[in-house]
Amino acid sequence: MSRPADDDGVLASEIADAQLGPAEVSAAIATARPRRNTPGPLDYLQRWPLRLWLVIVGLFLYVPLITLMAFSFNDSKRNIVWRGFTTDWYVKALTDSSLLEAFGNSLSIAALSTIVSVILGALAAVALWRFDFRSKAAFEGAMAMPIVIPEICMGVAMLVFFARIMPWPQDLIWPFNLGPIVIAHISFSFPFVAVVVRARLASFDRAQEEAARDLGATDAQAFRDVLIPHLKPSLIAGALLAFTLSLDDFVITFFTAGPDTITFPVKVYSMVRFSVTPEVNAASTLLIVLTVLLTVVALRFQNPKEVAGA
Amino acid sequence: MSGEGWRQERKTLLATLGPPLFWLSLFFLVPLAVVWAYSFGRNVGLTEIEISGTFANYAQAIQPLYLGIFFKSMLMAAACTVICLIAGFPVALAITFAPDKAKAWLLLAVMLPFWTNLLIRTYALIAVLRNEGYINLTLGWVWKQVGLVLNVPPFVPLEMLHNNPAVLFGLVYVHLPFMVLPLYAALDRLDRSLIEASLDLGAGHFRTMMLVVVPLALPGILSGVLITFIPALGAYLTPDLLGGPDSQMIANVIERQFKRANDWPFGAALSFLLLYLTFVMVAVQALIQRRRGAR
Repeated sequence: MSRPADDDGVLASEIADAQLGPAEVSAAIATARPRRNTPGPLDYLQRWPLRLWLVIVGLFLYVPLITLMAFSFNDSKRNIVWRGFTTDWYVKALTDSSLLEAFGNSLSIAALSTIVSVILGALAAVALWRFDFRSKAAFEGAMAMPIVIPEICMGVAMLVFFARIMPWPQDLIWPFNLGPIVIAHISFSFPFVAVVVRARLASFDRAQEEAARDLGATDAQAFRDVLIPHLKPSLIAGALLAFTLSLDDFVITFFTAGPDTITFPVKVYSMVRFSVTPEVNAASTLLIVLTVLLTVVALRFQNPKEVAGA
Repeated sequence: MSGEGWRQERKTLLATLGPPLFWLSLFFLVPLAVVWAYSFGRNVGLTEIEISGTFANYAQAIQPLYLGIFFKSMLMAAACTVICLIAGFPVALAITFAPDKAKAWLLLAVMLPFWTNLLIRTYALIAVLRNEGYINLTLGWVWKQVGLVLNVPPFVPLEMLHNNPAVLFGLVYVHLPFMVLPLYAALDRLDRSLIEASLDLGAGHFRTMMLVVVPLALPGILSGVLITFIPALGAYLTPDLLGGPDSQMIANVIERQFKRANDWPFGAALSFLLLYLTFVMVAVQALIQRRRGAR
């Protein structure tokens, strides 16, 4: 493993302290590089108190999740003591029609919400990046609101809206019965997409677009053939973000969902209130695996630093 | 710019700004505005709400009972934020100065729980903390081994669920990644030579942290505090599933007004008080940021 580049300066100063000649310095650097038992002052990861702290925090974050996953394979209804390996709970979860329906609903909602969120988010990002218009600050502020406000406030707003202002017809066929949930999910997802796309737009060189236009491209062509390809990584990252946000949401869905539209988190909620069963563990494990896959894919498309910054 | 170009630009602006603006207005601002209007209304009949411009709902909301719940929610959220800051800062520090490869893995390790379904994470905590949970199971086993040698009374499981500590534990569990990621983003932007200079000039690691790193990373620390505090303040699921009858937070009270108690105007007033509280905190943070920027 290589040492971080920033340590070179420190290394050099340490060596200078020892008053060595230039030739010896380069020799010392050559031998010092692979040596690992003398941490630089900023190699905090090499210090044991920090390592211990990392291990404690890691256990805190992961032990509950890992036990949850492990006990989904436990051959015991009471889910307390390990009795042996079984995949029965997965069979049970995957043949439970209401659980499957809830899972299918969640995936459909996430897919529909993602498509619209990416389009709206990208358009908003382009508008904010490209134009100076009156009340731009107000629009930016309004776009930040769904990100900032507590979920419960948005949930009750959606509940009131679909109960009084725009009543959604009951008993519609799938997927139209999911309409209110999809609409609510788009409302809180697309501002996140806009943030991700805007971060990417900052690195766009407008000269490229002008060059395309000089070479005869129309506005639409320049948009499609120059801007969109540049934005592609952020569009994919934004889409995965919107998908996970939608899949993850419980509170807003809980308020928006009618009595006969159940999503996966809402279903798990009712199961958890009832009791802790291995079937819930199995269903949760499936969703965790899906989330892990999505996160890993998302990170491949976006610099983790940008994700953390956003 | 020619007239034609101007018109073209205007069309592009409308085409890009129009759809998101329309969506945001109709499906976000209008619903919020309706809730706001309802907060000045009163129930007439079972489903009818008359918007009479009354402040009675706000008057009811600042009664000691509800004010107490607001205060308790803020206390919970503040305690959660402080614990997350103390626990998360060393983690962010370790990630910042880790070699590239370890850094990527550590970031992934922090992000995975962040992206895992909130309900599943809360459920996982229930399985650990409940009376028949893994902690009590382990303790009970240890107790039994002790009982083989010494004469001890039978094991009574620790009540770790359905109380306030459980809610705080759950809030910290859920929000810790919220704190670590912005802290990391802030620490990663620091000029390392300043830290090295401080160390070279004889300050210890702790003093360097307190006098150099923390002041420089303050904007990032503040945004981490805000990103943790706001969702913790409005937390619904954690107190609902991990808390007992006395661990209600403000979101649970709001939910009750809208679902069971069916007093929408009062619920609307409570949710707007929560919203105003959020706005005040965002504004304070923006103000501090601007002050620092001006200096």
